[in-house]
Amino acid sequence: MNTDTVDTTVGADNSLLLEMRGLCIEGFSDEEWHQIVKDVDITLHRGRMLGLIGESGAGKSTIGIAAMGYAKPGCRINGGRIVFDGVDLTAASEEEKRRLRGAKIAYVAQSAAAAFNPAHKLIDQFAEAVTEHGIGSRDDAYADAKDLYARIKMPDPDGIGFRYPHQVSGGQLQRAMTAMALSCRPDLLIFDEPTTALDVTTQIEVLVTMRDIVEQFNCAAIYITHDLAVVAQMADNIMVLRHGETVEEAETRRMLSAPQADYTKSLWAVRSFRKQHPAPPPEDTPLIKVDNVTAAYGPVTVLHEVDFAIHRGHTVAVVGESGSGKSTAARVITGLLPPQTGAIYYDGAKYPGNYRKRSKEQLRHVQMIYQMADTAVNPRQKIRDIVGRPLSFYLGMDGDEKERRLRELMDMIELDPNKFLDRLPAELSGGQKQRICIARALAAEPAFIICDEVTSALDQLVAEGILKLLDRLQRELNLAYMFITHDLATVNAIADEVIVMLQGRIVEQGAKHEIFSPPHHQYTELLLSSVPEMDPDWMDNVLAQRRAKGGMAAAGN
Amino acid sequence: MKDIFIMLAQRLSLGVVTLFVVSLIIFLGVSLLPGDAAQAMLGQSATPDTVAALRARMGLDQPGYIRYFTWLGGILQGDFGVSIANDREISDLLGWRFANTLFLALLAAVVSVPLALTLGILAALYRNSVYDRAVNVITLSSISTPEFFVAYILILVFAVQLGWFPSLANVGPDTLFFERVYACVLPAATLTLVVVAHMMRMTRAAIINLLASPYIEMAALKGIPRRHIIVRHALPNAWAPIINVIVINLAYLIVGVVVVEVVFVYPGLGQLLVDSVQRRDLPVVQACSLVFAATYVLLNLSADILSILTNPRLLHPK
Amino acid sequence: MTSEDLETEPRPAKPGGGAAAWRELKKAPLTAQFGLVVIAFYLFVALFAQYLAPHGESEIVGAEFEPRFGEFFLGTDNLGRDMLTRLIYGAQNTIGIALATTVLAFMLGGVVGIMAAVLGGWFDQFASRLVDVLMAIPALIFAMLLLTIFGTGWLTLITVIGVLDSTRVYRIARAVSINVVVMDFIEAARLRGEGVPWITVREVLPNIMPPLVAEFGLRFCFVFLTISALSFLGLGIQPPDADWGSMVRDNATLITYGDINPLLPAAAIALLTIGVNFVVDWFLHKTSGLKDEH
Repeated sequence: MNTDTVDTTVGADNSLLLEMRGLCIEGFSDEEWHQIVKDVDITLHRGRMLGLIGESGAGKSTIGIAAMGYAKPGCRINGGRIVFDGVDLTAASEEEKRRLRGAKIAYVAQSAAAAFNPAHKLIDQFAEAVTEHGIGSRDDAYADAKDLYARIKMPDPDGIGFRYPHQVSGGQLQRAMTAMALSCRPDLLIFDEPTTALDVTTQIEVLVTMRDIVEQFNCAAIYITHDLAVVAQMADNIMVLRHGETVEEAETRRMLSAPQADYTKSLWAVRSFRKQHPAPPPEDTPLIKVDNVTAAYGPVTVLHEVDFAIHRGHTVAVVGESGSGKSTAARVITGLLPPQTGAIYYDGAKYPGNYRKRSKEQLRHVQMIYQMADTAVNPRQKIRDIVGRPLSFYLGMDGDEKERRLRELMDMIELDPNKFLDRLPAELSGGQKQRICIARALAAEPAFIICDEVTSALDQLVAEGILKLLDRLQRELNLAYMFITHDLATVNAIADEVIVMLQGRIVEQGAKHEIFSPPHHQYTELLLSSVPEMDPDWMDNVLAQRRAKGGMAAAGN
Repeated sequence: MKDIFIMLAQRLSLGVVTLFVVSLIIFLGVSLLPGDAAQAMLGQSATPDTVAALRARMGLDQPGYIRYFTWLGGILQGDFGVSIANDREISDLLGWRFANTLFLALLAAVVSVPLALTLGILAALYRNSVYDRAVNVITLSSISTPEFFVAYILILVFAVQLGWFPSLANVGPDTLFFERVYACVLPAATLTLVVVAHMMRMTRAAIINLLASPYIEMAALKGIPRRHIIVRHALPNAWAPIINVIVINLAYLIVGVVVVEVVFVYPGLGQLLVDSVQRRDLPVVQACSLVFAATYVLLNLSADILSILTNPRLLHPK
Repeated sequence: MTSEDLETEPRPAKPGGGAAAWRELKKAPLTAQFGLVVIAFYLFVALFAQYLAPHGESEIVGAEFEPRFGEFFLGTDNLGRDMLTRLIYGAQNTIGIALATTVLAFMLGGVVGIMAAVLGGWFDQFASRLVDVLMAIPALIFAMLLLTIFGTGWLTLITVIGVLDSTRVYRIARAVSINVVVMDFIEAARLRGEGVPWITVREVLPNIMPPLVAEFGLRFCFVFLTISALSFLGLGIQPPDADWGSMVRDNATLITYGDINPLLPAAAIALLTIGVNFVVDWFLHKTSGLKDEH
């Protein structure tokens, strides 16, 4: 709901609905109480949507759910007032709060797949709150559900409600959850990262659904997300949070164009990074050649005749949504999934399909950095052992030589060796752990590194630091990267060449500027046009364009 | 629904295969006897003639696989062979004793299952309360205690000091139902005490696990009253874990019965097994082991099948 | 401002060592402290049985069933042996055998379980199906069958119970290892070219120690109770060696006269298993409760 659309609700009631004053919430961990939300004020009027944005640990979900007078297990509200429609929720009895929840304030969770009860049909879960709060009969609720399903353009609106949650796809489930939140026509909706688990082409449908519904019913809403571009499409006002405190709050357009706080400015600047140096001219023999590879998990073929090359010093980004086969391609290159047909060549030499049959030297040449740095390092080994193992294993180093090299590597990844070498991974932050993974890969002195979604589990500012580091290392060491990602902003930042994958096939490949400029392949077009941009008008423009092409058919399916 | 039939068929056939392998192990175990089975059973003092006679009677002069299939074929027709100790048909010995054992286990189950489920669910709902903590300490102590300790304490208090119940569970084939129940009060109480602790700890863990699901939180955020959350959202998903808990403990009851039967000199299968082991009456030991193992396998099999039948994801396939 | 400054660094781990362990102990619940004291006491008695016992293990020192607090502090048993002496030696025999059995079960089941998780494929299939079949027969019944066949020496006892119980260790070791084996650092080690011994010992084992330690306590209790039950049934530790299970059985007739003497060894069994269970419960609570919810 943007400023220009607010006019459509003129005449509607826009009185004060929710007011939080000096909200403080603490959580119990390590046998102590820690303050996780500190003195936050929120004011929300009817018909308005407030975006809460912040990185992990900012307390945004905790604040959002506190609007229902609810604290997650292990948390408690220990200060401030939450006044919803004249009722102070911090003073209200459990029974009073229960009568508001679901009826006046409704919640849309991040993972609909987990938040729907597997034992009941969607429509029964829809009707439950209606009958429980005495708003209508089961039949009324059924009819209303079908009507809502139709309004949000769910396929088969009369029948889909009679399915069980596991029988419905993720995007549809998320929309069904939005419909369920509306079952009692609440005054306030809490959206808690509702599209984070979805693919980008699915995300836009769900976003459209949620925005339309908020407009149609003149609800107020709190939209919680870490994605600036998404919140820019949805919210009237944006509040930036960090470490449980308010950084600043402003009207959406003003916040986007003229942020005041340094922290907000740095958040806004994140997507501006671009690779600094041009790729060297390709040599005759590519460093990695994936030659017409078909691969399968059991009976299911997951890669179909995939064929591409990566040259020394180049970054090749492989993009696609979940199930596109981009990670499978990496597994074939590493030898974890031997191909059925086709082969992998390194510097012109054919490598055995199975990593068990590869020599130490061959294994050393292909290094990998993972998405979850948490699980990619052994939590029971010190940094010294994690980074040092390839040094002794591949290069036979020990004693002073190994120690010297260890320190060199730590300097390369910009972590102080004196401070970090003897720590355990649990004593490092997420970004630092990812740096350790980079150091471990570098320790093997490879020419080629596979980066599998290496930034997607990190906060944006930290992610940018990792991208810059990878870029600098590439320049210094002439490394080739295969960069697997679903995030087109990352592709734009670091890629020399781009490969677009869909359902195990390469849809399009070429230099980055070719892929990113028209004419596009149909799927690339859909993918590119689905990535939210910081422009608050972006979604309206995309919808207008797609409608012009008669094209919601492609996305609406 | 096709998937579910396939899964059920798989489970059932797996159960049959398991039973078959179990029978093989029980049979082959005897062939593992160091030296000669007949000699081992009769001891060193036996004359060569008696050993030879026993060998012939046990069919040891035939090849192993023939003996196995003869044995298995007999069992399938209800013929377990003949006891070496007293020459009686094993099936005659087995029949009413097995019924006695089942009666005792059933009596204990009838009391302990509802009791344990109620106590366990309450402990889960009032987690970390004084009740929960007390129950934790009591059940931990109870599962740490040998059955015979519980049994003798009960005897000491209720039979010797108070004189309310007999210390020996003497039942015959003609004992009337209520006399039978009366005789079984102490043995059944022993079993109940031990099994309730196990069962309620497992129930508590299963329910706590379930209550941590996001859909339970979602139901709370929809303003559903707590009792309806439990009945409507937790319970339908709790059947599988609860059934599992019950069956594991029923299986445990069947085994736990052995010690209790010995303490109370109750004429059940466990008593027979222990006596036969002491007499080295191998055919009877084999028969008893097979019956116990088969009951155990069937119970576990029914747990598998019931948890398939109560799983909504399997009941309503895509 | 570098990007790393934006992330809060986790607090460095608290210093370890004896002082920290002592602090933990003082914070432990009463039940766990009680358990630790009980375990320490039993171990002391078991280790120094020879010096503590007033008489020889199977020495007949008086009449049968002499009463408590007379010439003999806890009276005499059905053969006129000193009860206190028998109890002390029983600690040594019963705990020693149960401990040896548990260690055997862990060496066998633990190693095979981790290997099944690391290797996967046919090895895992074969081991898991074998364990399924062995577990299809109730342990006590199986043990009785095997003890009938192999006789009832303490070595056979340890082997039979150890092997049967290793199936349960296998299950848990495999289950916790599988959670570790799916992690990326194991894949990284495989892709580095590390062999199975390195992955098993250096990568997997350190990460599954807490649940295995807890399981060791639980298995010990289970083994201890099983051996006691077998001894009670006359199939465990054989006379004249002192053992708590058989002591109950030998003196059980006294109970019908209202004498609690035969219950002393049973209480000794219960006290130790309760102690171990309390400690394990605390340990499990600590190791699983450390996870941060945010």
